[in-house]
Amino acid sequence: MGSGMNKSNTPGGSFEDRSREACADGRLRGILRDAVRHFSGRRTAAFEGLDVQSLRDAAREVRTRALACLPESLRRFEQKALALGIHVHWARNGSEARDILLRIARDGGVRRIVKGKSMLSEEIGLNHAFEAADIEVTETDLGEFINQLAGDTPSHMIAPSLHHDRRSVAGLFAEHVGETSSGDSPVDDPDAEIREQTAIARRALRRRFLEADMGITGANIAVAETGSLFLVENEGNIRLSTTLPRIHAALVSIEKIVPTLEDAARLMAVLPRSAAGQTLSSYTSVFTGPAREGEIDGAREMHVVLLDNGRSKLLADPVLREILLCLRCSACLNACPVYRTAGGHSYGWVYSGPIGSLLTALDLPEAPKDLAFACTQCRACTDACPVQIDHASLHLHLRERLTREKTPARHIAPAALAAVYARPALYRASAWVARTADPKLSRARRIPVFGRKLSRWAEARELPALRLPFSKRWARLRAVLDSEAAAASVMKNGPKATELRPSQGCERPNPVSEEVSR
Amino acid sequence: MTTHLFIPCLVEQCLPETGEAMARVLARQGCRVELPSGQTCCGQPLYKTGDWTEARRAALYWLDVFEALDGHIVSPSASCVATVRKGYPRIFADDSAALARVATVSAHLFEFTEYLVDVLGVTDTGASLQASAVYHESCQTARALGLRRQPRALLDAVDGLALLPLHGQDECCGFGGTFSFDNPTVSDALLADKLDAVEASGAEAVITAEPSCLLNIRGGLEKRGSRVKTLHIAEVLDSVEEARHNG
Repeated sequence: MGSGMNKSNTPGGSFEDRSREACADGRLRGILRDAVRHFSGRRTAAFEGLDVQSLRDAAREVRTRALACLPESLRRFEQKALALGIHVHWARNGSEARDILLRIARDGGVRRIVKGKSMLSEEIGLNHAFEAADIEVTETDLGEFINQLAGDTPSHMIAPSLHHDRRSVAGLFAEHVGETSSGDSPVDDPDAEIREQTAIARRALRRRFLEADMGITGANIAVAETGSLFLVENEGNIRLSTTLPRIHAALVSIEKIVPTLEDAARLMAVLPRSAAGQTLSSYTSVFTGPAREGEIDGAREMHVVLLDNGRSKLLADPVLREILLCLRCSACLNACPVYRTAGGHSYGWVYSGPIGSLLTALDLPEAPKDLAFACTQCRACTDACPVQIDHASLHLHLRERLTREKTPARHIAPAALAAVYARPALYRASAWVARTADPKLSRARRIPVFGRKLSRWAEARELPALRLPFSKRWARLRAVLDSEAAAASVMKNGPKATELRPSQGCERPNPVSEEVSR
Repeated sequence: MTTHLFIPCLVEQCLPETGEAMARVLARQGCRVELPSGQTCCGQPLYKTGDWTEARRAALYWLDVFEALDGHIVSPSASCVATVRKGYPRIFADDSAALARVATVSAHLFEFTEYLVDVLGVTDTGASLQASAVYHESCQTARALGLRRQPRALLDAVDGLALLPLHGQDECCGFGGTFSFDNPTVSDALLADKLDAVEASGAEAVITAEPSCLLNIRGGLEKRGSRVKTLHIAEVLDSVEEARHNG
């Protein structure tokens, strides 16, 4: 398989439409199943023997406090950064951020850029801006490099080319790198081909690092007290992107600032573990300014672009601001049954999984509108989240937000339902009509809109029947319970002090082995 | 102390025997069981679709029915209890009077297994059921209400019941309320995973404490022509085989 059909996020259509396509891809289903099981297992192992709840509580406290004092922290960060000789830029939105980075590149005579993995840069479509300006951009994270060759967008935050396998990678390398793997791993060394492919990428990328004028990265954490940026990686591509070129520009969203190094350390106790099952990533870099006088390594010129892009508005919402606690570790993606089944591209934009749906609250134009409903409310995400974001409840808040935009006609059905729920006689009457006219719910399938959904539901499940309601059986049951209680009391107080099974006299057929008439 | 039954819509209309089983199990523990008349629905569907103006109307009526009751309120549905306990505070966030009513009633509102174990202090209900079964740990029971220990303790005490391991025991069955109607592809895939695991276990029955999961799983098994029975935990705890009676 060559580069094949490129996999990108297109917000057109619904989550159901996109997931239908994804679910039909058996290869992708298999990849996702294995990958999330692997990631989740590594995450669990990384926290083994630790007081996980305390670590999560500490991390949540740091992030909550960081949001509470964000304006102050941003001011301090800028102050410190400027004192270190870092150029600090402020961007309200993606367009401003792209313009700023383009200007930095032009002012620096930049022809070639190398990039570390940055979801934020994907959020604003940064690469396209450079390509349009005829400046070469190379993604140096291996997963993003593969995606770049294929013209794909990331399908996972930590493993962005998760949707590719070694076959498709071999095809991409053959087509775009001019070198490819030999095709077959020996039986006793199944990962030989992967190592070969990694070596090919390493050779291709090494040249790019050496030729680059500028390196662009994101940042995992920014520290106000020192003006520092924490960057976490496993491949060394960020080290090379930030030390070989003469210019380093970091694109950082404003909510990532924490007050102190101590705060950053608390986050580092959970971030690599949650993201990749590691105590610490292979390379953890803390940047505190450009190379100083006399230093050999490092960019001579360092820029930090602080980007808002909807975050300050979200911060102002007392409920939705919890979304900004996120560390971008992907634990929620790995835990989510919907993500595991449909994959990242089904979400239709740069962010996927539970947090991807919640980040649509940034109200960016390219974000799909229906992701708030792409959730079963199972809460596996919150269990995995290092900062304990209550994703499920936040999804409901986003649904509520959407209902405020409903036309009056769309309120009719919910209002009718509420009216029935609030009137017991109407509730009972409606139920009576339904079970009398259509106990097997066969006619219900002809109701517009709802009927179609019911029919679709019934493709995979036998529909339940509407039965004589519990409340109509209650009087009889009540009488039986009363008489049993009376009998038990008589027996208990009677002459024979026999040990009674509590339900003597009320046996029912075994509900498993016998047919229980329903 | 009276135990008032909070019967979910799905139990009222489709699974009345779950309510009957629960009532009998409670009565056997010495509870004076009552059914508050006029109850309809806690409004969960409206809460889950985000139609909170309408959900509030349903909720205020639910509070009217249940708040003045003396004693305990018990439901065979974790999702319904979670709607009142956790959902009502959200939909009434700006209404301090309603919040106070919710807090008062929540103090004596319980899910069925939670009530038996944590309030009545009972794990052995005297049930016996000669069968092999797996337990589907509903998201609502295990994670929304945090009830993992209680259902397990109750099932472990059922005489003759062989509980087998279930692969992906606490993974979502795919129902998710409106999710299964709005996103049928993923829902069906998750259900298929659950049914595959149930069938692979070799168990004769799958047990759950959540009516919506029950209907989803039972419907799926029946569609497959499976002989595996789907039971609510109340039915299991209500089960007594005469052969097990030795006086």
